[in-house]
Amino acid sequence: MLYYDLHIHTALSPCASDDMTPNNIVNMASIKGLDVIAITDHNSAKNVKAVYNLGLKKGLIVVPGIEVQTREEVHILCYFYSVDECVKFSEIINKNLIKIKNQKTIFGNQFVMDEEDNVIEEIDYSLLISSNLSINEIFEYMEGKGVAVTAHVDRPAYSIVSNLGFIPNIKNLTTIEISKGIVTENFLHSYPEYRKYKIIRSSDAHYLGDISEREEFLLCKSELKSVVDWLCGY
Amino acid sequence: MRIKVVELVEKGFRLVAGDNGIDKEIEGVYICDLLSWVMAHAKAKSAWITIQTHVNIVAVALLAEISCIIIPENAKLDEEAKRKADEEGIPILSFSGTSYEAAITLYEMMK
Repeated sequence: MLYYDLHIHTALSPCASDDMTPNNIVNMASIKGLDVIAITDHNSAKNVKAVYNLGLKKGLIVVPGIEVQTREEVHILCYFYSVDECVKFSEIINKNLIKIKNQKTIFGNQFVMDEEDNVIEEIDYSLLISSNLSINEIFEYMEGKGVAVTAHVDRPAYSIVSNLGFIPNIKNLTTIEISKGIVTENFLHSYPEYRKYKIIRSSDAHYLGDISEREEFLLCKSELKSVVDWLCGY
Repeated sequence: MRIKVVELVEKGFRLVAGDNGIDKEIEGVYICDLLSWVMAHAKAKSAWITIQTHVNIVAVALLAEISCIIIPENAKLDEEAKRKADEEGIPILSFSGTSYEAAITLYEMMK
């Protein structure tokens, strides 16, 4: 049994606290007794490597991830088998973003950090924006590289259900995410047609205190590949 | 006044899918991009203006008995949406102006 929180933002996401540093996240996840976390900043993987490397040192599995905002304004969590693949995808998203200056006094800072929590770069264009990639393009891209999970499908904004009315037939969609505050059974009672998917519940933490407790678990082996395989439905 | 979808083609709307539905009548206009909202609130026989181009727009149009879908600002329709609209006979029209400009054109035609 692996206790997880697969939706955590770092200080790179403008909306997340500047305290969401690589060390703080890894330490907090360890204190909470989690076995596996995922780093999922908006439209970028620039802090994934630092957190991943710290995880290796501390025995915490860190799934390389990105929360992409699609052309349909839907949030999709992309989880990868390797940091390299994740970074490669981050560069593709970057090419598909309109560059609008980040108004940091309104939206917040976008810090890239190293393993010692030093700020090594500040992203000056906004990451809180839709990419030009469609949902279908993202699911196609992810095949073999990892898995795509539709984020917080219960929410009235930025979710596939709110924006597209319902979950369309998507090849390779096996797992959907619901928000931490939602009871899985209640959700499935309202949407019985989504029983066919695996359901994960993560925190979408923007502050350290939001990171999940030891409550939700995956039944797979304690290694990155098994976690991503499990999400793929293997 | 009621108009037919086919009349839009003469007013700068470009038919991009669903040719076999162009005789449908339009009784009103609805503008919204959140499909969950459209499903709940759009009236039947509306011309629906949305920037969404995903295949789900066709399913929502069928469900809400929408007469046609108008995509403003020349946004490109997804291939799958085109296929589905052709199959279901839901006309989809592309428009170069904004949603507002499309709505004004429709208003003038329906006056």
